[in-house]
Amino acid sequence: MEGTAQLKARSKRKRWSTDSISEIMLYAWTIIVLIITLYPLYFIVIASFSDPYAVGNGQVWIFPKGFTLDGYKELLNHSRIWIGYRNTIAYTIIGTLIGLAVNLSAAYALSRKDLFGRKILTLFFIFTMFFNGGLIPTFLTIRDFGLYDTFLVMVLPFAVGVFDIIVARTFFQNSIPSDLWEAAQMDGCGNLRYYFLIVLPLSKAIISVLALWIAVGHWNSYFNALIYINNQELYPLQLVLRNILITNQMQSDMGSGEAAQIALRLANMLRYSVIIVATIPIMCVYPFVQKYFNQGVMIGAVKS
Amino acid sequence: MSQYTLRMKRTAAKISKNWGLYLLLLPAVVLLILFTYKPMYGVIIAFKDYNPSLGITGSPWAGFKYFEKFFNSYQFEVTLKNTLYISLYSFATFPIPIAFAVLVNQMRQNVYRKFFQTVTYMPHFISTVVLIGIMMILLSPGNGLIGNIYRLFGAEAPNLMGSAGLFSSLYVWSDVWQQTGWNSIIYLAALSAINPNLYEAAKVDGATRWQTVRHIDLPMLMPTAITLLILRVGGLLGVGFEKVFLMQNNLNISGSEVLSTYVYKIGLLSAQYSFSSAINLFNTVINLILLIIVNQISKKYSENSIW
Repeated sequence: MEGTAQLKARSKRKRWSTDSISEIMLYAWTIIVLIITLYPLYFIVIASFSDPYAVGNGQVWIFPKGFTLDGYKELLNHSRIWIGYRNTIAYTIIGTLIGLAVNLSAAYALSRKDLFGRKILTLFFIFTMFFNGGLIPTFLTIRDFGLYDTFLVMVLPFAVGVFDIIVARTFFQNSIPSDLWEAAQMDGCGNLRYYFLIVLPLSKAIISVLALWIAVGHWNSYFNALIYINNQELYPLQLVLRNILITNQMQSDMGSGEAAQIALRLANMLRYSVIIVATIPIMCVYPFVQKYFNQGVMIGAVKS
Repeated sequence: MSQYTLRMKRTAAKISKNWGLYLLLLPAVVLLILFTYKPMYGVIIAFKDYNPSLGITGSPWAGFKYFEKFFNSYQFEVTLKNTLYISLYSFATFPIPIAFAVLVNQMRQNVYRKFFQTVTYMPHFISTVVLIGIMMILLSPGNGLIGNIYRLFGAEAPNLMGSAGLFSSLYVWSDVWQQTGWNSIIYLAALSAINPNLYEAAKVDGATRWQTVRHIDLPMLMPTAITLLILRVGGLLGVGFEKVFLMQNNLNISGSEVLSTYVYKIGLLSAQYSFSSAINLFNTVINLILLIIVNQISKKYSENSIW
């Protein structure tokens, strides 16, 4: 008869081998995922430095072939890319500032249990997540306010993000102790002063999370510009990108001839380099801010 | 002083005491009223023969004419079918981020895990335009990556982006590629909140890795998963405009025209305002109904619901 000690030892050994197999499989899986995730992006990077003929011919797999900077030089010939860049930077910075101001303050107010009408006000915000007037009425409203084809339409009318407000509200409820307000009140501090001088400095985590969400949203969006902007001088980068990536498709059906060939080659290279140039800023900023994310999302999302 | 006046006075006092808070709320409320609530009135356009020169109130009443027009049109079947198909297909991938989170949670806490997480969250930050651009480049049968792979085997690659039948697969799986890592964050957060003693106890009892997952991880994720699921059902008929619009082309249109893109084309491109609004309203109402139904079901059978 086996004693308990021997039974335990045997099951430990069995567990060990099943567990180490599963561990190997786990790490094998992670490597596959890494490759699937990274390779497309990596390919674009090396292709942007390669001769397009080599790329089209299946010679480019791991390293660039026919190293050339022509694709990047071609970027300089297209001023609309840089106009788009300039516009997107402006929209992102101003849009984020406005978004933070509007959403954080609303979130704080809604986080206060002593706010009269809190339930109704919260419903007022949440309702808009499920129902809105639709594309046409919103378009007509924007036009009637004279905001069509203006800088403002990209940063103001849609600044309210109810999801962001909910997450921020949860943060305020859980991270700002209510006794703090009571103490401040006794010292004669009003709501506004309290918010700006005490709550905000304590809320760096949620401010960075929200700022990042809003900024990335602005950087990557093209829908609002598609609908509400007509003037090419106001186009954001993504809209320019869309034109390049789609217009180039049409160019590839162009006829023959020396000049057309050269133009075609440059057009193809442009697609790679423009993708890289448009995505680099986000890719650079992102790793630095990543730690704030995980923090913020966990605080905000899990609790709410 | 009557009871009523007393209550009014107290309420007024509550409000005026916190006037600062109402001030903080003001910008958001004003923006919502002007640009989200005010357009809601425009929903009426769906029931009228909207004429821009007559304005909303001045335009003649048309009842359900445009709804009928839509239901009887050829596009009704096509758009509804595509929208539902893409939605349900996408919906079916719902468990993937959960599985992803469970697996990541099994990784040891080290540099490799951090690296892995950083890399898999990255695609989320690529813009839709860039994502579709990358897809077009890779899948181009002429000089794309797929073309090269096929030629290695001496074949010619099919034009995947031009296929109506493959549209939904391309749409859904590129979404999985882009969003799985990011979507798993919330599940990872829930998993990290699990009491480690539970794992200790399971280990002592001789549980295998898989058993821990089945009996600890998954049940703890249920509440979060169900809440997110409900929200997703509410958006079932709301296949996003942005991505579909970029992926559409003349070749795949029979498989890629969805409600939202159709609304855009009818409304803003051919200026049939009333018709477009009717379709849009139809879409929104169905979403609301679905949301309510699923919420009620969830309330009945589990503890979770949105309200």
